[in-house]
Amino acid sequence: MIDILLQHPFISALVALGLLAGTFGAVLGFASVKFKVEGDPLVDQIDELLPQTQCGQCGHPGCRPYAQGIVNGEAINKCPPGGQATINALADLLDVEAPSLDEEHGQEDIKKVAFIREDECIGCTKCIQACPVDAILGAAKQMHTVIAAECTGCDLCVEPCPVDCIDMIPVESTLSDWHWELPNPAQIIATDRQNQEESQAA
Amino acid sequence: MRKIFDFHGGIHPPENKHQSTQGGIESIALPKELIIPLNQHVGAAADPVVETGQHVLKGQLIAEAHGFVSANIHAPTSGHIRAIELRTANHASGMAVLSIVLEPDGEDRWIELESCDQPETLDAQAIIAKVRAAGLAGMGGAGFPTSVKLGGKDIQTLILNAAECEPYITADDILLRHYAAEVLAGAQLLARVFPRLESILIGIEDNKPEAIASLEHALAAQPNTGNTLAIEIVVVPTKYPSGGEKQLIQLLTGKEVPSGKIPAAIGIVMQNVATARAAWRAVRYGEPLISRITTVVGKALKKQGNIEVLIGTPIAHVLSERGFRETESERVVVGGPMMGWAIEDTLAPVVKATNCLLLPSKEELPAAPPEQACIRCGLCAEACPAELLPQQLYWYARAEDQEKLRAYNIFDCIECGACSYVCPSSIPLVQYYRAAKGTIRQAEKDKRKSDQARLRFEARQERIAKAEAEKEAKRLERKKAAEEAKRKLAEKQAAEKSASAYSATESAKDSTKDSAKKDAGEPDMKAIKSEMVKEALAAAAAKKSAQQDDSSEAEKELKRLQRGLSSAESRLERARATLLKNQEEGADATRLDTLAARVKEAEQKVNDARKKLEAAQ
Ligand code: SF4
Ligand code: SF4
Ligand code: SF4
Ligand code: SF4
Repeated sequence: MIDILLQHPFISALVALGLLAGTFGAVLGFASVKFKVEGDPLVDQIDELLPQTQCGQCGHPGCRPYAQGIVNGEAINKCPPGGQATINALADLLDVEAPSLDEEHGQEDIKKVAFIREDECIGCTKCIQACPVDAILGAAKQMHTVIAAECTGCDLCVEPCPVDCIDMIPVESTLSDWHWELPNPAQIIATDRQNQEESQAA
Repeated sequence: MRKIFDFHGGIHPPENKHQSTQGGIESIALPKELIIPLNQHVGAAADPVVETGQHVLKGQLIAEAHGFVSANIHAPTSGHIRAIELRTANHASGMAVLSIVLEPDGEDRWIELESCDQPETLDAQAIIAKVRAAGLAGMGGAGFPTSVKLGGKDIQTLILNAAECEPYITADDILLRHYAAEVLAGAQLLARVFPRLESILIGIEDNKPEAIASLEHALAAQPNTGNTLAIEIVVVPTKYPSGGEKQLIQLLTGKEVPSGKIPAAIGIVMQNVATARAAWRAVRYGEPLISRITTVVGKALKKQGNIEVLIGTPIAHVLSERGFRETESERVVVGGPMMGWAIEDTLAPVVKATNCLLLPSKEELPAAPPEQACIRCGLCAEACPAELLPQQLYWYARAEDQEKLRAYNIFDCIECGACSYVCPSSIPLVQYYRAAKGTIRQAEKDKRKSDQARLRFEARQERIAKAEAEKEAKRLERKKAAEEAKRKLAEKQAAEKSASAYSATESAKDSTKDSAKKDAGEPDMKAIKSEMVKEALAAAAAKKSAQQDDSSEAEKELKRLQRGLSSAESRLERARATLLKNQEEGADATRLDTLAARVKEAEQKVNDARKKLEAAQ
């Protein structure tokens, strides 16, 4: 065997290459099994950026399906609750130009939470079935109520309510979530200054 | 002499301290009402324990600390609680916060206080409890509940902050001139809370010679009992912002507090001198924190100086007492010129952390000139005491690049304003950082919330999927069971058939045998025959009943449809009736609309039911 290989360098080269290919193939195969990545990491990354309102305005039954949709080539501007900030973040992640929000799917709105007018609630549990994040507490024929801290403001519980006792109310801002605004953008051109002074005086 | 270290950067703005140090500590008349916000401190708002209309005495507890990081609030004077409602906060946002409104009765009558003649006998827990009961919160400007800071276990150094580096402010200076002995007593008291304490330092800038003299005098007069630690007065050169917590620590000890950590991480705790005095009074006399010394200064005032003012006094009242000339003023600033903020509504009250009210005239503190482009001069980085790169932070704040802002340690910025002060392009740099910090915090909060929502959403999906799977499994099981039963039945029937055939032949054989023995065979034969007849009858009956079953299935379906139709009809009738009733009663349009829709729906259902019934027939 050794003799043959020594006499035929060409064959020995082939054998060596074959061996190498075999070993690396085995190593790679082993690695791909051992270090298998669960799910599609890009879907996860996109899902991280979506607001998790789970409202379905994008046309999917939740944020994750939309993330999958984006991976499959859907437009990134279909999520109204996320608004421009989310679109920008997605554009950044996917390295594409950031489009503006597709108005067809809705408009960016202020944050809201659902509120059930409890004395009108008839306890039909329809809203519970609609809520994607289990933010409503109640049982059949009992008064229902929304856990405001868990409510994503998705609006899905409003429609099914047979007595229309669910309101979407704007989230009140408190001292603890107030923060400073960025100053007016810099006035770089000298002639702009006049305008700014005027606007300040006004 | 202790070695004084230095910190990076810093600036020397005009000190403007003389205006307010001429007089002593003056007092002002009682206001018509006191507005006491429930959240004057860092942490959770206190819970009110009084009711509207109730009469309270000076020093009485009116709101109780809510949770660990919170502070009690006491009535600053005796009088009636007029309301517990939203009032403008002493805050840059100008938002309204829940406040207790107290109308003084003019008697200023104290509640009975629990004094302690021998504070040196108290243990650490008792001291902390008394400090907490008195509602102490940092009086240097940040307003962090004092008792929380006293909980540190491994503290070696207690530093009292008397640097008061910000221009115009002299509240601590004046306090030290008058109450140095109480401040020192407070220092000794707080020192006893920390079992491993090695040194007590008082850091003070060298531009306050009177205060230093007063401190030294009091120190010399302090009875040295031998079992207390010596207090060291450390005079540091005047440089803004030497009074910043991390900067003063660096000046006095040469140690740097790690990024994102509190001083306790390196065994240091810092308290403001006014807080130390308040702690002493709280423990010695049982006095809660209901008033403070505040510098009221600026050229738009007739009388500049320091006043002792009740917490909750509307700023407007202070201003009118000090001869405020509105026409000359540019704005009302709470705090100093570097770190203060302008407020719009002067009905906002003085709170525990209000150390200065600045009423500059138009020439004194003109509005900032318009912002120009950054020329990349690097002066800001030279001035930054936190050794940050303000220019980079500025660019990233404008670009709202949160990742980069974090990488450049924006949260180490103490918002001292040194960078804005030196910027030749008059860029309001701190404003950018404040805004950027706010958006980052907001984003973090949103992220937490969305992560939570994702978890809940996924949990729900899983639960639903599981329920579905279970249902499906049950259905399959039932199907299988039904098939099994069918199969068994078929098997049984087959078995029975063959068995009966077998028995028939057997019996035939038997009968031949039996015919041989005639007398015995007769009755047997009969029995077997009747047996067979019975079986055949039963089979026929079974077959017939099976046929009947089939026909009754169809009948049942028909009946079901009929029932459906009649119930749909009755629903329609009821819907019509309610609609009519509502129309008569004149219900509002939307209600009528929904009712009409319901009638339509019911009609539709009746039609459907009819169609189905016809099809079935
Ligand atoms: S539109 Fe609603 S469901 Fe769709 S990604 Fe946005 S928040 Fe999620
Ligand atoms: S309570 Fe209503 S609005 Fe809030 S998350 Fe649930 S379904 Fe959406
Ligand atoms: S405001 Fe912040 S960035 Fe500017 S000098 Fe002070 S610490 Fe540095
Ligand atoms: S001081 Fe002002 S102009 Fe100079 S580098 Fe800093 S931000 Fe730019």
